[in-house]
Amino acid sequence: MLDQLQTLARPKPLLDRRGWAVFLAIGFVLIVVVPLLNLLPGRGSMMQVPDYLIPLLGKYACYAILALALDLVWGYAGILSLGHGAFFALGGYAMGMYLMRQIGTRGVYGNPVLPDFMVFLNWKELPWYWMGFDSFPFAMLMVLLAPGLLALVLGWFAFRSRVTGVYISIVTQAMTFALLLAFFRNDMGFGGNNGLTDFKDILGFPIQAPSTRIGLYVVSVIVLGLCFLLCRFVVQSKLGRVLLAVRDAESRVRFLGYSPTAAKLFAFVLSALLAGIAGALYVPQVGIINPSEFSPANSIEIAIWVAVGGRGTLYGAILGGVVINLVKTWLTGAAPELWLFVLGGLFIASTLLFPKGIVGLLGQWRGWRAAKQAYALNEKVPLKEKAAE
Amino acid sequence: MQRFLPIVLIALMLALVAVVRPVAAQDLAATLSGLTDADPKPAIAALNQSGDDKAKAALAALAAGNLYIRISDNAVVIGEKDGEMVVVTNAATGDVEDMLKPEELQAIAVPDDAKSLLGVAAADTQSGPVDFNTAIEGLKADSFADKAKAIAALTALGDARAVPAFQALAAGRLFTRKSDSALVIGAASGNDVALTNAATGEPLGIVAPGEIDPLFVNNNLRNVLREAVGRLGLGSSDPAVRRSAAAALLENPAPEAVALLREAHDKEQNAGVKSVMALSLAATELSDPDKSKRILAIQTLSGAAELRVRSLLQARLSLETDTEVKAALVKAFDRMQTKITLYSYAENFVQGISLGSVLLLAAVGLAITFGVMGVINMAHGEMIMLGAYSAYVTQEIFRALLPPGWIGAYLLAALPVAFLVAAIVGVAIERGIIRFLYGRPLETMLATWGVSLCLQQAVRSIFGATNKEVANPGWMTGAIEVAGGLAVTWNRVYIIIFCFAVLGLIALILKRTSFGLHMRAVTQNRQMAAVMGIPTARVDAMTFALGSGIAGMAGVALSQIGNVSPNLGTIYIVDSFLVVVFGGVGSLMGTLVGALTLGVVNKILEPVAGAVLGKVVVLVCIILFIQKRPRGLFAAKGRSADA
Repeated sequence: MLDQLQTLARPKPLLDRRGWAVFLAIGFVLIVVVPLLNLLPGRGSMMQVPDYLIPLLGKYACYAILALALDLVWGYAGILSLGHGAFFALGGYAMGMYLMRQIGTRGVYGNPVLPDFMVFLNWKELPWYWMGFDSFPFAMLMVLLAPGLLALVLGWFAFRSRVTGVYISIVTQAMTFALLLAFFRNDMGFGGNNGLTDFKDILGFPIQAPSTRIGLYVVSVIVLGLCFLLCRFVVQSKLGRVLLAVRDAESRVRFLGYSPTAAKLFAFVLSALLAGIAGALYVPQVGIINPSEFSPANSIEIAIWVAVGGRGTLYGAILGGVVINLVKTWLTGAAPELWLFVLGGLFIASTLLFPKGIVGLLGQWRGWRAAKQAYALNEKVPLKEKAAE
Repeated sequence: MQRFLPIVLIALMLALVAVVRPVAAQDLAATLSGLTDADPKPAIAALNQSGDDKAKAALAALAAGNLYIRISDNAVVIGEKDGEMVVVTNAATGDVEDMLKPEELQAIAVPDDAKSLLGVAAADTQSGPVDFNTAIEGLKADSFADKAKAIAALTALGDARAVPAFQALAAGRLFTRKSDSALVIGAASGNDVALTNAATGEPLGIVAPGEIDPLFVNNNLRNVLREAVGRLGLGSSDPAVRRSAAAALLENPAPEAVALLREAHDKEQNAGVKSVMALSLAATELSDPDKSKRILAIQTLSGAAELRVRSLLQARLSLETDTEVKAALVKAFDRMQTKITLYSYAENFVQGISLGSVLLLAAVGLAITFGVMGVINMAHGEMIMLGAYSAYVTQEIFRALLPPGWIGAYLLAALPVAFLVAAIVGVAIERGIIRFLYGRPLETMLATWGVSLCLQQAVRSIFGATNKEVANPGWMTGAIEVAGGLAVTWNRVYIIIFCFAVLGLIALILKRTSFGLHMRAVTQNRQMAAVMGIPTARVDAMTFALGSGIAGMAGVALSQIGNVSPNLGTIYIVDSFLVVVFGGVGSLMGTLVGALTLGVVNKILEPVAGAVLGKVVVLVCIILFIQKRPRGLFAAKGRSADA
């Protein structure tokens, strides 16, 4: 008993030997092999990774970070946030504002300071909250601060008064809905319905150039890897185990003397930061950010990435984020009317049939086979003996 | 010489015209005077053959009974009634000469045997208006000027039957049918158009939009039409038409309509219409030279709390020179201002209540299922959507299978249909999915969200992504006027009544039936209820059926105030959740108070902060409120509260 407790108390390694091997192998393929395959073989060659695939893969990496962020709060702390799209979009808007300021005089109206939509709205000067976004470090700070502060305030209010379960889901959903409505307004100064777009360059590199796209893709993958390690570090630590305990029996954790509020708040804010980073990486690669990113449906979709991939595993979430978006890209092109049926079906199937997600399928299958064997064994036992038991 | 040729030619032509014209006119005058002979047939024949436009116009006027002898000089003239006077055009020259009183003219009568000749002539010359039926055909003319003439002719006839055609023309709903170029009024009916004969008002069935051609008007014509409606409508037998006619005159008070208006006012029996007429009359008297009359008019007007009356007073205030009248104006203005503000508050309140009752209908089913089963049903909005589509389908079936008179009753049939459809789908969801997920509320939420996506896409595949229109039955259209200027549309009133009826019914089911007793028992303590022999699984299914069915009926109600589209449900689902969370889960009273509060607050904030910002404020307030009372306004008390 004491042994067991001691093993529990000892900090777990970040990844085991096999884990590191897989992690580094995948990293090598994505960071080195894919860009090389894009650059080296001749155009149209069988081996070449087509140009359009690079930003697409970069987009998937961003989705994967987002899924990772949600898995941290949902899979480990039991908070199903249906507003993570809002943190993602806030990070994206912060990045978009930086990119907007970089346009300079190249806009349609050629105003050196004001973005086009402000000139169009007849604004005379830059609103105060746009100040400083011409500096990249400041913009990056805001990428973290905007979602982080929102999560801190919302989480502090919510967790302090012990709002849990479906209530926290509804509150977060209402939050993203409120932001959706707010960002639709032209008066907000974020481009209203059209959002921010028409970006020219980032850190001096033209944003449309293939080399910049490869660069953004590589950065996204690296950030994904780092985020994964960070989350892994958190969940393997003592805090991670407190989080798991909060998920499973919050009252008991409270009675044991831990503060579930602080643990949850930490996970929630960290998760929001990751979502914000994902958004900031996403915007330069797709070239636009608009209020539809705030729509509640988007946020719920993130939950299904995590659920399909496998909750509480981190790598499952990444897998889910990539796989579902692959299917989405393919299906919305091939048979758009089918996509919603598939997505809806996934929601139902992943909750009813494979609650542990793709990564849990193997275990589920093993368990099912074991159960079948046990049943078969049981059948072979004569009835008399059973009665005797 | 070459250079001068064109000039010379033009000069020659001018000279010729100058010479020939009087000659032709003299000839025409001689022929025209032949019309007054005992036997006008030779003259008519001569005019028919002349091919002259003016001759044709004269014949047309003769056919219409508009050809006169001017008593003063025995000239043959065409007269057009304009109010009490007659505009006189010289038939021989085509020039408008003057305005005369009718008694200064003598109509030229045509013997019966000559009329047949005239008929030919009339057909040739596109006869001017003879009676209502021919006059109304004139609206089909292509040019705006010709349309204006036709409108003037119809107005001159003074026949109130033209009012619907005028209104339809102004609203762009007047069409010609391609098959027989009949003039028809179209009203949207689903994707098709229901036609009525513009002249007689008889229904002509439903056709596809491709089978009719719209008639166009410009803004100028619209003004002409509005005034014409005002004048004609005053004599209508329908009080609603008379009322709108008087109201139209209030907006642009035409001095020449005053006599008409006064006459109508004196004859009027209906008190409501009479007061509107009195207002319009007062509006025309605002610029009366007599000071006391002006003050009287101001006093009459000050009783009405309407924005347009206020702007009338405002306009007068800038013109008025007399200090006494000015003082009266200012006083009336102030009085009206307070009244208008008061009314706008009242109106917002009523609108809020009606929005609240819609929210209540949408949320009450959610509150029941959430309360009894602790299940967040994200597909609840789609139950509303299914209900609305049931109403649409019922309407189409009624339209296709039953005689037109029955169409008004479709709504009554749609209610049980929608209830059943939504309830059956609801039970299917509960038995097929939700019952496997009890105790896992987050998963239930995701699974039902998946169901909602599938249902939306299914409806989109079946009915198409475009909005479907569900028509209000006749008894739900129009508005009820609570006080001057404060009107509530009937569909809102019915929805409020309907919503409270449904709420009463649910309360009855909960308190007075054994099913309700079981439901309450399961809500309080599921295990204990099961131990006591209550079939909890069946109660769950029934509860879900009830909640979904009510959502279906809410859909029917919503179809009456807006369009039906596949994402109808998503519009209301977030609001419904907020109502439930705000009011407290599983409490009917909480849902009632929550829905009405949200509705009223939304509508009161709207004019102050704008629709979007108002909504944001409400959302933020609710998020803050949940911090304070996480279990809602009417939280369940006692042990069950923490279950």
